[in-house]
Amino acid sequence: MIKNLLSVTQLQPEDITRILDTADSFREVGTRVIKKVPALRGRTVVNLFYENSTRTRISFELAAKRLSADVINFSTSGSSVAKGESLKDTALTLEAMGADAIVIRHSSSGSPYTLTRWVEASVINAGDGTHEHPTQALLDLFTIREHFPSFEGLRVAIVGDVLHSRVARSNVHALTRMGAEVTLVGPATLIPPDVPAWGAQVSHELDPVLAKANVCYMLRVQRERQRQQYFPSVREYSRLFGLNRERVAALPEGALIMHPGPMNRGVEIASDVADLPQSLITDQVTNGIAVRMALLYLMLGGAAEGAEEEAS
Amino acid sequence: MPFEPRSRLLEEGEIRRAVTRIAHEILERNKGASEVVLVGIAARGDDLARRLAEEIERIEKVEVPVGVLDISFYRDDIGLHAEAPEVHETRIPFDIAGKTVVLVDDVLYTGRTIRAALDALVDFGRPRAVQLAVLVDRGHRELPIRADYVGKNVPTRSDDLIRVLTTETDGNDAVELGEDVS
Repeated sequence: MIKNLLSVTQLQPEDITRILDTADSFREVGTRVIKKVPALRGRTVVNLFYENSTRTRISFELAAKRLSADVINFSTSGSSVAKGESLKDTALTLEAMGADAIVIRHSSSGSPYTLTRWVEASVINAGDGTHEHPTQALLDLFTIREHFPSFEGLRVAIVGDVLHSRVARSNVHALTRMGAEVTLVGPATLIPPDVPAWGAQVSHELDPVLAKANVCYMLRVQRERQRQQYFPSVREYSRLFGLNRERVAALPEGALIMHPGPMNRGVEIASDVADLPQSLITDQVTNGIAVRMALLYLMLGGAAEGAEEEAS
Repeated sequence: MPFEPRSRLLEEGEIRRAVTRIAHEILERNKGASEVVLVGIAARGDDLARRLAEEIERIEKVEVPVGVLDISFYRDDIGLHAEAPEVHETRIPFDIAGKTVVLVDDVLYTGRTIRAALDALVDFGRPRAVQLAVLVDRGHRELPIRADYVGKNVPTRSDDLIRVLTTETDGNDAVELGEDVS
């Protein structure tokens, strides 16, 4: 298995399948009375979060704890970072304390990669700038796989603020690798110009795409990252690109509705749509723990690099 | 690892008769099967557990619940191999609290798998008792563990390999003794 997970593009289809299969076993652990196994006893996982996060940080924390690893949560406020410590010094400090894996979220694209040049510990990208969020893509694939037996030919519409979305980027790479057909939908201002190189289709109109979509994946409008005006008004955005009841009715039978969270109810997704049975938003959260357990297990459950295989 | 068979320890008919005998022994020792549940250790222990359940149902007309347990997460050698051990399915869709659990595995060797299985079991509840049934006991224990029901005792060298094939997983039934030719 890989040592660091920085981007979905590191993973071959068989790697993705192995992670999802392993996650199946870990989901069973989450249904037990005692939701904990001793697999990673004595390992230390550090959550290094330079951006606010609820679900990803808690999900990684629960995943590591359910594997019996020790977890340290490090956030920038109230820490040495507030005193001006650099990423490098923070990372070296954490490693000196014996971290086996560092889960990093940072507003700068590429910072997880930079981190791997300084530390021996495994590095897992939990979202870097507008680059990638690989574990989100893996948990989304896991959730889709529960409803569709194969990704081959599956039509997925990813709708909204693609420009600022690391979730969209990771999902396009992961889904196309597994054989799905991805269409990115949004206003021209929110679709990056290099999209054709990702292997996805582009549309600036939602309705024709929805009529054929097996999965409708709504992205959050990331107002905190938007440094200029990308659309005239939230109302207009919602009318053109929001998922409402009428649009849900136009989806093919059995189509799934997904959203990485946190939602802006009433902007990209109508509040009543988010609560429909075919909306899998809470399933995504539950599955996120199993997928992250699988990743931590596969990445930390082997010997440190260079160790000899021992007969069982 | 590459396996070169040297001899056949059990043929299909012998495996069938061993399973039938163990089913009778389980019933005799537990005075029936009303409080008994079977848990097979993946992979192949679960195949044997299902066969034991069929035999018990045939003999006693009692349906015995069968679960499958994967012990990967409880192994004591995680971190010693280059890759994390491969994970199989665990499915115990019944309550084991207060029951007599018969753990079923194909081969009993060092006892470490059974140690892991015992740890895993208590995470599912507190059984009244745990018994162990194995198709082959090959000796060389490294822990104080013994089987209650044994298909066949086989003296082996510690560098021998034992391969158990089941129709459900491999297409035919056999137990072979051989060596690692890597």
